[in-house]
Parts: sequence; C-alpha cells; structure tokens
Amino acid sequence: MPDTLTKCPTGIHGLDTITGGGLPSGRPTLICGSSGCGKTLFGMEFLIRGIQQYNENGIFVSFEERPRDLAENVASLGYDLPGMIADKKLIIDQISIDRSEITETGEFDLEGLFIRLAFAIEAVGAKRVVLDTIETLFAALTNAHVIRSELRRLFFWLKEKGVTAIVTGERGSGTLTRNGLEEYVSDCVILLDMRVTEQVATRRLRVVKYRGTAHGTNEYPFLIDEQGITVLPITGINLSYPVSRELVSTGIDKLDRMLCGTGYYRGSSLLVSGTAGTGKTSIAAHFVDAACRRGEPCIYFAFEESPDQISRNMQSIGIDLASWAEKGLLHFAAFRPTSFGLETHLSTMLKLVEQIKPLIVVLDPVSSFMAAGTEIDARAMLMRLIDFLKLQRTTALMTTLTSAGHAAEQSEVGISSLIDTWVMLHNLEQAGERTRTLSIVKSRGMSHSNQARELLLTANGIKLVDVFVGPNGGILTGSARIAQEAADRATLVALNQDVARKQAALQRKRNAVLARIAEMQSELTVETEEVELAIAQQNSAASILVTDRTAQAQERENTGDQR
Amino acid sequence: MSDTASSMGWELRLYVAGQSPKSAAAILNLKKLCETHLAGNYRIEVIDLLESPRLSVDDQIVAVPTLVRKLPTPMRKVIGDLSDSERTLVGLQLRQTPKDTTLS
Repeated sequence: MPDTLTKCPTGIHGLDTITGGGLPSGRPTLICGSSGCGKTLFGMEFLIRGIQQYNENGIFVSFEERPRDLAENVASLGYDLPGMIADKKLIIDQISIDRSEITETGEFDLEGLFIRLAFAIEAVGAKRVVLDTIETLFAALTNAHVIRSELRRLFFWLKEKGVTAIVTGERGSGTLTRNGLEEYVSDCVILLDMRVTEQVATRRLRVVKYRGTAHGTNEYPFLIDEQGITVLPITGINLSYPVSRELVSTGIDKLDRMLCGTGYYRGSSLLVSGTAGTGKTSIAAHFVDAACRRGEPCIYFAFEESPDQISRNMQSIGIDLASWAEKGLLHFAAFRPTSFGLETHLSTMLKLVEQIKPLIVVLDPVSSFMAAGTEIDARAMLMRLIDFLKLQRTTALMTTLTSAGHAAEQSEVGISSLIDTWVMLHNLEQAGERTRTLSIVKSRGMSHSNQARELLLTANGIKLVDVFVGPNGGILTGSARIAQEAADRATLVALNQDVARKQAALQRKRNAVLARIAEMQSELTVETEEVELAIAQQNSAASILVTDRTAQAQERENTGDQR
Repeated sequence: MSDTASSMGWELRLYVAGQSPKSAAAILNLKKLCETHLAGNYRIEVIDLLESPRLSVDDQIVAVPTLVRKLPTPMRKVIGDLSDSERTLVGLQLRQTPKDTTLS
C-alpha cells in the first residue's frame, strides 16, 4: 500500500498554504535563486520555526557564512540562535574549504562530510537539515565528477536518515542552479526571484516542482521583514468567507437612508470615488467617526496626508478624529506608497490589521498605489487586501481619485468588481460655480436610492440635500438650487395667497346668503304676523256681524207687534 | 618508523573513513613518500573519522582521504589517495611545481 506523502510544515507565513502543508517530509527540497533573494534566511527560518513551533531540532550547514555572522543576521529578526545552540536544539556547522590550501591527488570521496552531518544529526536528534550553499563544493574542488556522484549519494543518504532537508543553490543562466542540482533533488524545487519593476523591487517565490502533490503554481510575492519571510498567496484564499447581515450606520444620516435606511453591511467593501476635492476624505472621516462612536477600533491608512493634517482638516467639518486617536480607537498609519514595494505595504497593512483587529479599515486613497507599481500589481494587491479583510469581517472603505475628464466608471473598472458598495462623488460645474454631488453607483444586497444628492460640507459635517431637476433635465445644485428653491417658495406664497382670496370670497358669499336668509325670515315673520292680525280682525268682525244680526232681528220682532 | 619530530620536523595527519581501499592506498602512499623525502623528520597520525567524527570539524574535513600538514605552518591539505606522488609533493610544498623535478 503506497504511503501518502507526508508534509513537513515550514511555519513560514503563506508557504504552507501554497504547498498544501509544507515541504515533503523526510526528503530534500531545493531552494534556488540568485544572490540576495533570501535563500539563507529561508533555510534559517525553516529551522528556527521547526524548533520553536514544531519541536523539531535542526542543523544548519553553512558553506559560505560564518556561524557568528548568521546569528547576527537573524538576531535582527528577533531570533536567538546562540540560545538555541546552547539548548542543544540547533547546530550551526560551517564548512569552509579554502581552495588555495588544497591539492587534489588521486581518488577521494566526501565521506568526511557525511560523517560530520551524521555526527551533528545525532548530537541534537535533528529532523531538519539545511545545506547552504552546497554548490560551493564545485568551486572548492576540481573533480566535479566525484562531487556529482557524491551529492547524489548525499541526497539518498539524507532521505534514508529521514530528515527534511533544504538545499540551496545559486541560480544559473538558463538553468535553475549553476551546477544542475535540480537533477539530484527531484522531489520539491522552489525558486526565489527578485525583480525590479519601475524601480520597485519585489521578491517572488514559485514552486517549480513538487512531486506527488498539488501545489500553487503561480509566482507568489514574498517579503522579508522584521518577522521573517511572509509569502502572500494571491489565489490562496477561496471565495467562501462568511458574511454579516448586520447593518451599520455610515455616520451620515441621509446616506444611510439612501442605502437601505440603516447603512452598510458590516464587513463589506466600500469605494468612494471622485475627482479632487469632492469630499472623499470627509466621507471616510464620517465612517470612522461613526465607528468610533460605536466603540469599534479603526485603522486609517493615509497615503497622501499626514494624520495631523487629516485631523485638522476634519475638525473644520466638526469631526474630531484626534480625540478618537487619543482614546486608542483610531489608529493612523500614514506612509507614501512609493516608499516601498507594494508587497511590503500589503504585508505592513495585514500585520497591523492582525494586530489591532479593527472593524473598519480606511484606505485613503488606493489610487496612489497605482503610482507605486504597475496597475496590474496594484490591483492584485488590493484584491488580496480586500479578500483578507473580508475574511476578517472587517469593513474596508477605500477612496479613489478619479482624474477629471475620464469616465469614472471606466477608470475604476479594475477594482469595482471587488466592491460591494460604490459611492460616487461628482464635481458639477455650472453657472460659474462648483458643487459636489453624491450618488450610489451600486450597493450589493440592498435596494438603494438611485437619486443624486448634493453634498454640502458644513461645520457640523456632511449634509446631503435633495437636488432639483432643472427645466432641461439637468440637476440644479448650489446657488442654482437656492434660486430654484426661492422661486418655488415664491410660487408657493402666490398659491397660498390665491387660496386665501378664494376662501375670503366664499366667506363673503356665505355671509351674504346668510344675511338674505335672515332678511327673508324676518319678512316672513312680519308677513305672518300681519296675516294672523288680519285673520283675527276678520274673525272679530264676523262675530260682531252675527251679534248685530241677532240684535236687529230681535229689534224687528219687537217693533212689528206694536203696529 | 621514524625519529620523533624535531623542531624542524614535519607533523602530518591523515584523515580516513574506515578500512576502505582508498584509505589503505593513502596510508601506503603516504608512508612511502615520507620515507623517500622526509626520512627521520616526520610524524604521521592517522585518524579514522568513523571512530572519532568530532575531529572532522577542527581541520574542516569534507573529503576523505585528506592529508593535513600541521607542521610546518601554514597548514596544507592534500585530498585523495595520494596516488600521484608528484602532485602530493607539490601539495605539501616539498616541490615548487610539478615540472621541477630536481631536488636540492
């Protein structure tokens, strides 16, 4: 039954991700590259991390540098080699062959080297061995035939010993190593490279060959800094990060309402683009201010202004960033993108993010990275940074400067696909003045406003004002908007006055009608009284008539008898 | 074998690894050479690295057999089984160049 390949973790940041677990365990690995690209440090870190993290002791066989120099070199990285040597965890063995004092005559082999190695391996129970740079043998000894066969034997011997070995080799012209070491070390070959593009040096690493296992085949940038080697896998991160459904406020009330009423998704990536002076930094300051008010730690990466300058400027719109910095919630990190290579910047930023664990990171502006490297490199770097921040569920707010005259959508096409929410700022120039407008180009996962708003920088922060659509379809901002507002007010006043007039007229009419009703009623009353009086008079007249007739009848009777 | 090394004597150390044919040849060749050129004025120490591996560090031994001239100083090393006695003599600075065959 075939054994599956076991891997020996290097502990070097990122390398174990690319190789899927580390170097082939119990086998030699060839690290080749031109001088100064980090081979020795690579080997040394492999040993040191083995001792510190995996409890595997190591041997460093140096054919070039003196042990003292090696110890001093890595002491700057915080590694205590003399301490490890004293603890019997590490042996640094220098093999120096001075060609000037050596004569070769007759047959020989390198058994002496084997014996030294075996002795050292046994002395500390080493599991890891570094041979740096074994090719020096070719320069020291003339009989290349013997060296070749002995090296072949050495690598077999190392395998038999079961130690994981790193063999370094100098890059040759047209071949991976000057003396073709890659012929002997066939399990794993890693190529280190340092290239200078537009005056910026970038170190790169590529796994040329890794027998029996899948591995990342790309060139990966790597860095050497005070924490040793860091390899940055571009595509090492798959798109499987969990997302938050929590909505948080932008700090600008009306912008929250333009998004979905509440704000942006925590952990999303936001881009604020605009030409010079459109208020990108001010918006970023609002985000930071809102986050700090919620008690969330923030990092503000400033690439064009000093922290002091940003704090001062933001004070003019009523945002006190300096006090958040004093409280320890806001961390400023300001540096010029052109000061280092992109990879160094990325690593610096990643480390700071890992250390501070912020909930929001501001990059102001990312467009300045385009100046530090090629556009492709800058884009790749931003992609890695955004991916990294997403994994950490950290909100990334990036500002980017779009040059006037370009279509903003076009110039930002590079990273816009990585962006969840894109706020675009415009500088409108009309009627002899410039006004700022804000609109939301996209916001994934929420129904956002598609209306432009006018952006006002006031002493109390950013205010977003509804804009007017002018008669010819354009929007009205600034004094045109104010004029329009005044005109609207006048119209409103006129309308109101008209209504009042009409209402008064109606009232008058009502009053007139009521008056007439009262008049007619009183007429009716008078008439009724008159009629009733007449009736009464007639009734009394009738009764008088009846009385009179009776009286006359009686009178007539009386007078008739007498005659 | 020889007189003890005088103040002007030669002190030679031969590193070998086990009883290989190369080791045996080197020992033989060395003894022959010393008897011819340094009679009575040399001392040979043969070190088997398999028995005392620690000693390989001091003289920076990588290849075997290696002959080390400890005295007179400066140190010289001759690598190989010493089968080419001319080259060995040059290596030990008993002779200036291989072409110079005259011995004073």
